[in-house]
Amino acid sequence: MIIEIVSWIAVALILITSTVMLINRDWRVSLGALALQYAAAFWLVTRHLPFVMGSAKLITGWMVVAALGMTRLSLSAVEDDKEESSLLHGAWFRVILMCIVALVTFGATTRIDTVIPGLGLPVIAGSILLIGAGVAHLGVTSDLLRVILGLLTILTGFETLYSAVESSILVAGFLSVISLGLGLVGSYLLLAGSTPPEAESEL
Amino acid sequence: MSAPIIWIVIPFISGLLTLLLLRERVSPLIAGVVASALSLIALIFPIDTALLLGSISIKISPSIQFFGRSFTLTTADGSLLAIIYGLAALWFFGTEASGTANRFVSLGLMIVALLTASIAVEPFLFAALLLEIAAMLVIPLLVPMYQKPGRGVVRFLIYQTLAMPFVLFSGWMLAGVEASPGDINTTVQAGTMLGLGFAFLLGVFPLYNWIPMLTEEAPPYVAGFLLWALPTFTVIFGLGFLDRYVWLRTSPQLSSAIQFAGVFMVVSGGIFASLQKHIGRMMGYAAIAETGLLVLAMGLQSSQVINVTFLILIPRGLELSVWALALSVIRRKAYSLRFSDVQGLARSHPMAVAAITLSHLSMTGFPLLAGFSSRLALGQELAGQSLIISFWVFIGMLGLLVAAARTLAVFVMAGENKLWELNESWMQMTMLGLGMIGLFILGMFPQVLQPLIVNLPALFDHLGQ
Repeated sequence: MIIEIVSWIAVALILITSTVMLINRDWRVSLGALALQYAAAFWLVTRHLPFVMGSAKLITGWMVVAALGMTRLSLSAVEDDKEESSLLHGAWFRVILMCIVALVTFGATTRIDTVIPGLGLPVIAGSILLIGAGVAHLGVTSDLLRVILGLLTILTGFETLYSAVESSILVAGFLSVISLGLGLVGSYLLLAGSTPPEAESEL
Repeated sequence: MSAPIIWIVIPFISGLLTLLLLRERVSPLIAGVVASALSLIALIFPIDTALLLGSISIKISPSIQFFGRSFTLTTADGSLLAIIYGLAALWFFGTEASGTANRFVSLGLMIVALLTASIAVEPFLFAALLLEIAAMLVIPLLVPMYQKPGRGVVRFLIYQTLAMPFVLFSGWMLAGVEASPGDINTTVQAGTMLGLGFAFLLGVFPLYNWIPMLTEEAPPYVAGFLLWALPTFTVIFGLGFLDRYVWLRTSPQLSSAIQFAGVFMVVSGGIFASLQKHIGRMMGYAAIAETGLLVLAMGLQSSQVINVTFLILIPRGLELSVWALALSVIRRKAYSLRFSDVQGLARSHPMAVAAITLSHLSMTGFPLLAGFSSRLALGQELAGQSLIISFWVFIGMLGLLVAAARTLAVFVMAGENKLWELNESWMQMTMLGLGMIGLFILGMFPQVLQPLIVNLPALFDHLGQ
């Protein structure tokens, strides 16, 4: 019973962090929300995978957050100004978008549970929320960091759902490599263009 | 030694070492030699068969275990490995001439190793994960450190990442469909998810918008390599699905869907190519049209499906490498690949212009060039199934031909007083010359591919039997 309650708290945390990531334009807040999101996903993943494998996913996620955070920190303040200028633009639209995602999740969870029994309602709800929030994120932004955040959110949702049907260590390992790779590719793309050609040839 | 170590681990480590240790000028040569050697080994030494060399017996074992799953390369994979590493060697040897950065060969070797792993992994479904990792390794090649990433590369990353969950989850659902084939709902859901996954992976209409963007903004040689490598392995992966699941192979609805997707790609690719004013984008649209032909070949309800598919795949590697190399040579001179910037270059860069024209014509299926025999074989099979589809494929190819004629017209529009001169380096001329000779050889003597293709149907248990 307690485990079920904690699982639903994790789902609520996913809803809150996804909404914060979608609405808030400050990259620090978004990355903090992503870190919390990984913690919530970790709890849901460990419903079906051993604790160690879940921990590996959590650590990978936090490594991704750290990599993106350090990269973003090293970029100029001009980027910050650009983000701030778009603050609150379409915030209500994004809130409504997340409401739609939440409604879809509410409707789809029981149906998926009927089709694929044994996954558990919180796991399904959490993963659908993450996938929906990630898709919504990709739909409303062309900012590189936000695109990477959207992709990571979708991937986390998929990992949560897929871990319930496939417990292979190889798959878990590859998915972690992909998450980490996505973070590193995101960092690389964020840095690209900020280095003069001379420095490139020395690399 | 086991086959996965030879054709996956060794090239991957070679790529890593090349990246870390070797100098700019040596690495393309080393990577080319490694890839050629792996290709030759695949040709000479059959996997899982004991060979006596004097008093020494050599046997390459087919599989290794990795985290509880096996990576297996069987005897039938030999020809495929020879083709893959042979074509990869072609790309690596051309790196120096194209002026592409050192890391292309090292990351390229690692990418080819990962893609080879995708055909070796059991269950084959996990190939989707390896394809995604390979796609991520391409990103640093597409975006130099001094250049802001364009929209094309971001879309490429998004589409490839979205493909993986669809394919993996559909694979899991397909297992359920096998257990209860009468469940129509699950069948439709699994089929839709699989279709979406492959649409993202292959860039099926309209999800290919990243391709022309990428060929415009990224180095042409790298873009060409990407357009060769990823679709090649995705097609092999797709054939694996068709081979594994009986209902996919026999479903008339799925066959129609594949054919429609292929026709849309061929027609739209051909027509859009004919409307372009940028020769890089033109290569992108030509690659889309050719991927459409591959999709059509996969949808054939014929025992020739494997032969026709590989007959398209092999010349594609040569066409794209020659085309991309020539574009790289021209880009170094003209900086941009717009018509206005490359006008009249036929007199100053005749070899590069000839290479672009020939590889473009080869993709249209022009007689005596590499692409001709595969178009002929595909056309023959398609005509037996649907004349309407054949007609639309003809329209698509006509679009590509118009594009080739427009490009040639722009290249030869030079001032009357401009003299003919050879501005390509000897290395560029050698590589382009060899490539063009290769296009003619494959066009005039397509039977040279027969020894490589003849064993490929054995890769699949049911397809092409």
